[in-house]
Amino acid sequence: MQFNWLKISAIILLVYAIVGGLLLPVPELSQLGETIRNLYYHVCMWFAMMILYTISIIHSIKYLRNGKIEHDIKAVSYAGTGTYMGLLGYATGAIWASYTWADPNNPAYASFGSIMREPKLIGAATALLIYGAYFILRSSIADLDQRARVSAVYNIFSYAMLFPSIWIIPRLLPSLHPGQEGNPALNFNDIDARMRMVFYPAVLGWTFMGVWITTLVIRYKLLTEKKWIHNEK
Amino acid sequence: MKNKIATLIACVFALSAQAQNTVATNETTASVMRSNGKIYVVVAVVLTILFGLIAYVIRLDRKITRLEKEA
Repeated sequence: MQFNWLKISAIILLVYAIVGGLLLPVPELSQLGETIRNLYYHVCMWFAMMILYTISIIHSIKYLRNGKIEHDIKAVSYAGTGTYMGLLGYATGAIWASYTWADPNNPAYASFGSIMREPKLIGAATALLIYGAYFILRSSIADLDQRARVSAVYNIFSYAMLFPSIWIIPRLLPSLHPGQEGNPALNFNDIDARMRMVFYPAVLGWTFMGVWITTLVIRYKLLTEKKWIHNEK
Repeated sequence: MKNKIATLIACVFALSAQAQNTVATNETTASVMRSNGKIYVVVAVVLTILFGLIAYVIRLDRKITRLEKEA
């Protein structure tokens, strides 16, 4: 294996994101307390998901343009890792919300009921389910070329659906989740300067890690593909 | 590569030996690991997990590279 810049910077940035993220000072907030440090981990999962989905749709468009099966393999691998990171973002968000949104004076199901009505959560779940349908659609078509073509088109549709479901609709509705007023963490006037120093490297680190894992998946799939073609001959 | 790994392991052992010394000889002054509400213990645990995961990914990467050379 080769240690290229991507793998080395993924390792360095992630070590920095964890050491700096846990030890460097953060602003003191009444409701969140130290949990604001989750910005370096929970939010990064969603950023990485969005970037991986973007790489995926680029490969889908490339497949539709030139019909090379390796672009289809790349598209499905990036979409797979992106969905995985989205699920991790959802799980970490659930933990975070249960200690900051849930009212300890109410019974658990009352808080759960109001949290589950959060438009951001419903939107994110919708987006992930649309990508879930992408994988089901793929596995239900036996013919290789047809599968690649149909799923490439569907991938473009599901990427387009990301925008209403996680960017637009949650911002039109009242929500406890931050991000009502614009782009939290991206806005330079909004995020504390000390946190920016960790947040951006953390986003890059998690994204690079996702890309590294995806390249492994792609290489594995290409290997099995090659074997399959050899057997055919 | 193997030499590098051996050096790294030796360094880690040296670190733990040093930590033992400070605790044994100087009970009153808290070591780094015991300061600040023991947050450094959490950092060490999370870093161990991260390094474990990175090692796993590297191992997978190596295995796939070997398979690619065979194919």
